Amino acid sequence: MLEITPLHYSLLSAALFMIGVIGVLVRRNVIIIFMSIELILNAVNINLIALSDRLQDLAGQVFVVFVIAVAAAEAAVGLGIIIAFYRNKETVNIDEIQIMRW
Amino acid sequence: MPAGFTVDDFYYLLPEILLTGGALLVLVVDILLPRREWAALGMTLFTLTLTGAAVIGFTGVDTTISAGLLAIDGFATFFKTVVIVSALLTVLMSPSYLRVEAVRPGEYYFLILCATLGMLFMASGVDLITLFIGLETMAVSFYILAGYLKPNQRSNEASVKYFLLGAFSLGILLYGMSLLYGETGTTTLAGIAEALAGGERSLTLALALILLVAGMGFKIAAVPFHMWAPDVYEGAPTPVTAYLSVGSKAASFAMILRIFIEGLPGLVADWQVLFWALAAVTMTVGNIAALTQSNIKRMLAYSSIAHAGYILIGVVAATERGVAAAMVYLWVYIFMQLGAFAVVAMLRRKDVIGDELKDLSGLYLRKPLAAVAMLIFMLSLGGIPPTAGFMGKLWLFSAAIESGLVWLAVIFVVNSVISLYYYYRVVVFMWLKDEIAGSEIAVSPAMATALVIAVVGSLLFGVYPQVLFDHAQVAADMFGSAVSSTAALQ
Repeated sequence: MLEITPLHYSLLSAALFMIGVIGVLVRRNVIIIFMSIELILNAVNINLIALSDRLQDLAGQVFVVFVIAVAAAEAAVGLGIIIAFYRNKETVNIDEIQIMRW
Repeated sequence: MPAGFTVDDFYYLLPEILLTGGALLVLVVDILLPRREWAALGMTLFTLTLTGAAVIGFTGVDTTISAGLLAIDGFATFFKTVVIVSALLTVLMSPSYLRVEAVRPGEYYFLILCATLGMLFMASGVDLITLFIGLETMAVSFYILAGYLKPNQRSNEASVKYFLLGAFSLGILLYGMSLLYGETGTTTLAGIAEALAGGERSLTLALALILLVAGMGFKIAAVPFHMWAPDVYEGAPTPVTAYLSVGSKAASFAMILRIFIEGLPGLVADWQVLFWALAAVTMTVGNIAALTQSNIKRMLAYSSIAHAGYILIGVVAATERGVAAAMVYLWVYIFMQLGAFAVVAMLRRKDVIGDELKDLSGLYLRKPLAAVAMLIFMLSLGGIPPTAGFMGKLWLFSAAIESGLVWLAVIFVVNSVISLYYYYRVVVFMWLKDEIAGSEIAVSPAMATALVIAVVGSLLFGVYPQVLFDHAQVAADMFGSAVSSTAALQ
């Protein structure tokens, strides 16, 4: 019987992190890029909790609470920014965000 | 280190508490009082002055508070002073700009104060969690500030770009922090340094290091993580750009110095290589890209990228002298950079956006004093004696030589020469081109005060730099233990 150890959770988190990074780099829709970023942050959370369990140390879990709080604040601000942008441009495609050269 | 929180913690947190209270009062005052504009401005200036006084009151203190989460030491005090002085200058250059753009000032000042609060925590945090919370308090405020001109498409665009890349870089930085936590079993920088003192290496540790450097590289806009900077700097409201390029950079450098020199002295040989490459590429790309810009804000953005490269030399040196040189440079940098942006903000009138190089044409004929001020800022940014920029460069150069970084010093000097070309172009436009367009340029008293402070700062520390050197040296001495363990490893 294969036991699920903290290491497996760390591997899951590494996979989520990679999916998130690739999502940010290849998708063109601002909302989906934002979702990929949230995926990265959740990868961080899973990793921290797995490590916290392995190390038997609470600091990692405290860290996670703060990451969740900050991610919520960022989501609120970020969606607001995207809406303000959408009102002016009627698009959320990153290729059309180009008044200034990237 | 005390086990929990004590009453003393609140005493040492006085600057942060004053700033938070003041920021909330700005919102209240903005709603309740008539003549809101002046009430909010006055309240903001009062809060910043009070906070600054409280920070300076802690000069010479060296202690760790809040169960080892925050350090109140010379280093923190120095960077807090840098941040508060730049916030003051930014606020002074804001009112006339906000009036032309016709936006409400209340929330603007509130957000500036919130960003400042985040920077204070970045300066004094000695725990990964505190540092990250400070970083985010600052970054989220800046995401909103960059898009503060809601009907303006360029401002929207700046905000979206800054938000996406800022959040992405945060994710990378946090993943690096989580790996570091896994390797060391603690989030305090002192604990991390202790855990890595044996000099063990692993693949995870290398990965953590790379992710940390990349995440922080985004925040200081080091090449190749600089793509967001020119666009955000161009699109954001000019005073916000100014604060972004100075305050955010200074606080991020404080965080870099803390994490790498205080937290990871055991890996100095590894991150030195990474930062060496980053510094060399950042200076070169920043300066070469700045040569062809026709928009002043964009040019200053690339110039600020190049300056981040210069300051990284102090980090690469990783000695007390290197740290002191980086601090000296950041201090003189706030005056010249904010001064230059103040002149650009001044050019914004009802009919002129004022951020193109040609908008400077004939400035000498219209506002001779402003033109002379701009000349001083450009000379200082270029590093010509007797300005403060020269002293800053001199210190970085000698720190590089002292640490044996001869090639980096050579690249540094070559880059300084290249940079003179585009700073000189600004002067050419002000003096030699005399077509005059747009309405009369008005200089508000607040703006004039900001310009005078910036000019005095740019000249004073060039002519009489000893005070600054002494302060930076004292502040850098806290790194004494970290640096000596570095030397032992080499």
